[in-house]
Amino acid sequence: MALQAQRPPRTAEKAVRRRERRRSGTARPDARKGGITWRIRLRRDRTLILMTLPAIGLLLLFNYLPLLGNVVAFQDYNPYVSTNGITAILHSPMVGLEQFQRMVEDADFWNALQNTLVLFLIQLLLFFPVPIALALLINSVVRPRVRALSQAILYLPHFFSWVLVVTVFQQMFGGAGLIAQILQDHGVDGFDLMTDAGIFKYLLTAQMIWKDAGWAVIVFLAALASVSPELYEAAAMDGASRWRRMWHVTLPALRPVIALLLVLRVGDALTVGFEQILLQRKAVGAGASEVLDTYVWSTGIQNGDFSYAAAVGLVKGVVGICLVLAANKFAHLLGEQGVYKK
Amino acid sequence: MSVTVERPRPLWRASERPAWEEPPTKAGLGAKGLIIALCCLVVLGPLWVVIVTSLSPRHVIDSAGGLVLWPEGITFVNYKELLSGGQVSRAMLVSLGVTGFGTLFSMVVSVLAAYGLSRPGSFAHRALLMALMTTMFFSAGLIPTYLLVQTLGLTDSYLSLILPSAVSVFNVLVLRGFFMNISQELTDSARIDGAGDFRILWTIIMPLSRAVIAVISLFYAVAYWSAWFNAMIYIDDPAKLPLQNVLMQLVQKNTALPTGLSQRVNAGELSALGLQMAMMVLALIPVAVASPFVQRHFKKGMLTGAVKG
Repeated sequence: MALQAQRPPRTAEKAVRRRERRRSGTARPDARKGGITWRIRLRRDRTLILMTLPAIGLLLLFNYLPLLGNVVAFQDYNPYVSTNGITAILHSPMVGLEQFQRMVEDADFWNALQNTLVLFLIQLLLFFPVPIALALLINSVVRPRVRALSQAILYLPHFFSWVLVVTVFQQMFGGAGLIAQILQDHGVDGFDLMTDAGIFKYLLTAQMIWKDAGWAVIVFLAALASVSPELYEAAAMDGASRWRRMWHVTLPALRPVIALLLVLRVGDALTVGFEQILLQRKAVGAGASEVLDTYVWSTGIQNGDFSYAAAVGLVKGVVGICLVLAANKFAHLLGEQGVYKK
Repeated sequence: MSVTVERPRPLWRASERPAWEEPPTKAGLGAKGLIIALCCLVVLGPLWVVIVTSLSPRHVIDSAGGLVLWPEGITFVNYKELLSGGQVSRAMLVSLGVTGFGTLFSMVVSVLAAYGLSRPGSFAHRALLMALMTTMFFSAGLIPTYLLVQTLGLTDSYLSLILPSAVSVFNVLVLRGFFMNISQELTDSARIDGAGDFRILWTIIMPLSRAVIAVISLFYAVAYWSAWFNAMIYIDDPAKLPLQNVLMQLVQKNTALPTGLSQRVNAGELSALGLQMAMMVLALIPVAVASPFVQRHFKKGMLTGAVKG
């Protein structure tokens, strides 16, 4: 009620109040603190709520309801009881933390975790700076046509599916690809980057840069566009060179965006290139390519060990939420806004 | 509603650079141009090779020893073969259908939700918004979601390719941010004239938001067109697989060909590589054609999303 009182009165509300006044016969029923009752607000806004319901319903069904399904992580889930998940869950024995114990003793799990973290670090170091550099480059281009064209070209790969991106890389760097073909003409055999486990993580990062670095430029360009030109002008008047202007005007303007994207990335640290890796897992083997997400897929969906996979997924999810909160806290400590406000 | 200001055309190009900025050095300009050209080449080069190879007849591909860099004689035989019935034509239809219906469904749900949430202070506004936004920070996990889809009996149904990914909260928030920026006077005056919320949405909000609606439709369409994981785990019937999954089979087993065409390849009429490349082109054509049309709206749409999201 206190919240309502603070809200500025709106035209629609006034109309409702007027109607209410007419009906009740009192002169000014809304003269009392608190304004209109929730019943009237519900009546007034029922169309709006009705409109929201399909989306909320879908999210309840496919995002919230499956949360309950995580109970299989504490069971020995037997998928052969019934294809109806609820029946199967009710007929599967509870085993407590047994699955988690298995996980701690499982070398494959630790391997997947290690790959995930290493891949995350490589991507953070190699991928993250690329869009910033590209944005600074494009932003310094004066001719509008060159600018628009290069942007259009660089955005394009973002709209390709991972299947397509991986296929393109295979045709370029694979054993039967373009580079191997050219090298073979010059007498060098056996060039194949796609099946080399040693460089696989860098290959993944290169694919990521090819696909998404151009697209990530958009956010930085938007931030750069919002910098007032007067700042640059004043700096130039004071004798700041091109590089000093970049350091003292441009980069501070980018700081909140960089902080926000870093927080988002760190919060999502355990999610690294699931689809991308799944497509290339066979070529380099599980040892080099398995990450947590693909491990959940291979143990659960492929091998039918649902309970164990759900346990791994649950741990990943819980750690993920903790990471989001921690990264956000850190951003607040640095004086940035982060994902949500304090 | 926007007012366009006609600026006088500059007499010469240099005037686009502000007066206080030092003129660029020749070397600097050259280096900049070179880097940008290289970046564009890295994107376009592979696409060029793929397209050219898909349009080349068998003997050209054979004499090039694989991928063709420069076209010599253009033929559409690969496309004709792929699209004249068979697995790939069928997969193409499935993909088009799922993308069409999915995008329509997602847009209806998202636009309604975005409008429903666009008036702060309406009943349960905060709670509904929180319910929506919280889903961005967690996911229930693959296994529970899989079990749910199975329990709902959606396996082997096209619905399993649409419903679980129908609502993108980010897209809803971008739409909502745009709707909230539309001036209140317009909707209020319509309301005084007796228009209900559905009518306001249809006759005032939607026409004013064409740009953002185009962008978000593209986002949804691209997501449906590119999706393959859901089809991989939920669809068993090979006749129901979308194009990306058929293409994926080519990626994972480098030599596999769409069924029915291997005989003609063996007979020397067609080139396996040419067919593969033609499939790739089929998979990339819709997005490559559609995206430039909405490209000019990207920044606008992303900006409102960034500010309001």
